[in-house]
Amino acid sequence: MTDTAAPVPEVRQLDTLVVRFAGDSGDGMQLTGDRFTSASASFGNDIATLPEYPAEIRAPQGTLGGVSAFQLQIADHSITTPGDAPNILIAMNPAALKKELNRLEPGGTIIVNEDAFDERNLKKAGYLENPLNDNSLDGYSLFAVPMTTITKEVCKDTGVKPRIAERSKNFFALGLVSWLYNRETKGTIEWIENKFKKLPEVVAANKAAFNAGHAFGETAELWDITYEVRPAKLDPGVYTSVTGNLATAWGMVAAGQLAKLPIFLGSYPITPATDILHEVAKHKNFGARTFQAEDEIAGVGAALGAAYGGSLAFTTTSGPGVALKGETIGLAMILELPLVIVDVQRGGPSTGLPTKTEQSDLMMAMYGRHGESPLPVVAAYTASQCFHAVIEASRIALKYRTPVMLLTDGYLANGSEPWLIPDTATLPDISVDFATEPNAQDSEGNPAFHSYKRDENLARPWAIPGTPGLEHRVGGLEKDVTGEISYDPQNHQDMTDVRAAKVAGIANDIPPTMVSGDIGESDVLVLGWGSTWGSIESGMKRARAEGKKVAHAHLTHINPFPSDLGAILTKAKKIIVPELNMGQLSKLVRAEYLVDAKAVGKVMGQPFTAAEIHDAINAALAGDS
Amino acid sequence: MTDVAVPETTKADWTSPEEPRWCPGCGDYSILTAIQMMMPDMGIKREDTVFVSGIGCAARFPFYMNTYGLHSIHGRSPAIATGLAVARPDLNIFVVGGDGDMLSIGGNHLIHALRRNANITILLFNNQIYGLTKGQYSPTSEVGKITKTSPFGSLDEPFNPVSLALGAETSFVARTHDMDRKHMQSVIRKAHEHKGAGLVEIFQNCNIFNDGAFAAITKKANREDMLIDLVHGEQIRFGVDKARGVLINSSGSAEIVDVTADNQSSLMVHDEHAYDPALAFALSRLSSGPYEPTPVGVFRSVERPEYAEETAKQLAHAQETKGAGDLDSLLHSMPTWTI
Repeated sequence: MTDTAAPVPEVRQLDTLVVRFAGDSGDGMQLTGDRFTSASASFGNDIATLPEYPAEIRAPQGTLGGVSAFQLQIADHSITTPGDAPNILIAMNPAALKKELNRLEPGGTIIVNEDAFDERNLKKAGYLENPLNDNSLDGYSLFAVPMTTITKEVCKDTGVKPRIAERSKNFFALGLVSWLYNRETKGTIEWIENKFKKLPEVVAANKAAFNAGHAFGETAELWDITYEVRPAKLDPGVYTSVTGNLATAWGMVAAGQLAKLPIFLGSYPITPATDILHEVAKHKNFGARTFQAEDEIAGVGAALGAAYGGSLAFTTTSGPGVALKGETIGLAMILELPLVIVDVQRGGPSTGLPTKTEQSDLMMAMYGRHGESPLPVVAAYTASQCFHAVIEASRIALKYRTPVMLLTDGYLANGSEPWLIPDTATLPDISVDFATEPNAQDSEGNPAFHSYKRDENLARPWAIPGTPGLEHRVGGLEKDVTGEISYDPQNHQDMTDVRAAKVAGIANDIPPTMVSGDIGESDVLVLGWGSTWGSIESGMKRARAEGKKVAHAHLTHINPFPSDLGAILTKAKKIIVPELNMGQLSKLVRAEYLVDAKAVGKVMGQPFTAAEIHDAINAALAGDS
Repeated sequence: MTDVAVPETTKADWTSPEEPRWCPGCGDYSILTAIQMMMPDMGIKREDTVFVSGIGCAARFPFYMNTYGLHSIHGRSPAIATGLAVARPDLNIFVVGGDGDMLSIGGNHLIHALRRNANITILLFNNQIYGLTKGQYSPTSEVGKITKTSPFGSLDEPFNPVSLALGAETSFVARTHDMDRKHMQSVIRKAHEHKGAGLVEIFQNCNIFNDGAFAAITKKANREDMLIDLVHGEQIRFGVDKARGVLINSSGSAEIVDVTADNQSSLMVHDEHAYDPALAFALSRLSSGPYEPTPVGVFRSVERPEYAEETAKQLAHAQETKGAGDLDSLLHSMPTWTI
């Protein structure tokens, strides 16, 4: 050893950084990305993440199909997307490099695990030549690091077998990237100790690998600059990091508290919704009843049974599950019982792209039932906002005694962002009263209970079993105001009308359309719904930075539409509707408001990039769309 | 739910104003009457009682009971009733459905409701035909059944509902028929008093589309010879002078024999509480249809953890160990940072 210390690299400030970790499904990329996210979040950066993993639990090792990636953007200011092109790609094997390279920004940084670039892995990835040696990566800053070798080496002292030690190489990568971007290490070390506390050997190996990665950065003299992204100036308060699914689950628990009702979640495992059931199942001390049903139909059926009994009931699923639940949702609709159906949308049709995002269930949420059966449709627009969206869907369901469709999607479900934890005292009271007394008289003047007599909101009474004197029968058959079965033609017309009027009337009880920018002054209005909010805001900023006049209207309530939407759309000079489907919202607003809303559709399993929105705005301004 | 004592009631109190709309002569009427008559003696209150059904002739049943009632959709009543039972363990929940509703479209929900053992009493009105859709073969119709959808005879092997229920881990399984009110009432009462899910198969005559399907065994004149009444703790014997009996033969099957001095001591003694369902299953296989001597009564009645109670225990345990849920604590339960 010489006594010459390694030169301390210059620290350069970045306002934003997009990192993409990619490796084989078994390489722990999701864990690595998650941990880097947490370290950045607790440092005070704003963050947005995009986990992308294959549908197979373990696709064939080393293949393109088995590549699992995790992208995150961290920034010193408020951001709304996980970023377009990564600034840095960490590729743990040739397949990851091959699959992900085209996303990297021109001249971006690549760090690869050199050890994985052997003949076998190169062949599996379809490389004829080793890209590390053939100058094909000359346009990038390439760093080939023998991560496996070093990890095995440093794990020797821990007593962990080499084969096990090798698995810790993702922590080597994390250590190296943490050094390069000046992330603090203490939190990660503590996290490793806690996460693997039942496996002391794994703790030792992961810590050794993480420290080795960090030390490698310090001593290898490969980098003369490191980077730092300063904390963002976010609203003051206490933050935590949530995914959309976590926020949805917590929203259910919160809704139960706010409604002063026990909650019931009837569900059947389905990607990407299952994590909600996992999470709610943990919170039995809130009185949360979770029921893993035999199928999707039983999931919603049990929830409906619980709603009939007076619970705040939920069912969670994705597109294929909504298709199966349709008949029961229709029953809930005509029974007029509160129920929240959460559809975490994924790529369809059929099994489609089960782990990828899409917004293509909108028409199914609106119309995917037989008969005239309009339902309120609510959509969450960021991961953390899923919390409030569940409370809002529950509020509507309880107040109007109706099933409500709540749409999230794979992007919101798995993506995470910092969340300013709300003051629970500011959350709305969504409690409602059960019926306890007769509300009518029979023909002889005796007190009677008319189970479809409506209140000022056109909601019928919610009289739960156990209430003496209100015994009554309900069902899927058409009934009249008394609740008795009726096949009378005029009655069916009237009941159909009143059920529709009830849902339509909710327009007076929801917030106005979210608008940014001055619609009258703008040359183009971007209309979005749900999870595209962040991409649209981001793309619009770019257009505005070029002096373009653009406004953004965003919908969180799709049925009914907010009452100001018609005026907004009529005022707009041009309307484009970017959505992760082939034009479902645009059809709805065209039908409703007779406006020339142009669809900008995309179904590639990924959210819009800001660049795509920017391009769509430019195309609209140029008159190309 | 309500704490006051169960008031005295009569059949009229349990009868809803709705006029039954079954065909005149339908077996459903006798089942309805039997149940309306027995309710005042069940020690339960109308407001705490719920009848849940799916779709079919039998599924109209809730409309005629002056209790809470939920007429749902085809096949799904066991799932809906399970959710209700889990959410509201205080209720008395009856599920009514036919063989099409329960065993065809709802077969999956039925077996899962039975294995979970939530506190619901399932009354399976088996008439071996689809009635409401006007006469197609059902999953309990005999092979060769000529119907509008099987003009050359049905090819499908039927379910034996009792065997199916025993295979689905059901803790209470019984069979009765619509021609014997007392027997129906006795079996349904036991099913209700049983903690957990109970299945009662009720042979029910559809006088329009499958008239007399059970007459060979349920007609008064035939019963003595054709119905094998299972009585707990007693030898299984039937027929004039109890001259016939059931024993387990050398191949392990139940077999009907003429009772002799030699075999009398080896006749089966019915044990409805036997946890091993093997003998109950053997009894369920004695008859391959309502034209052979057929056992009725309680096949199996065993104690098993009740689902809603177990759910409630988990909630109580969580509250004991973690304290009642606090929303603020939950929202701060992951790593937090302050800006």
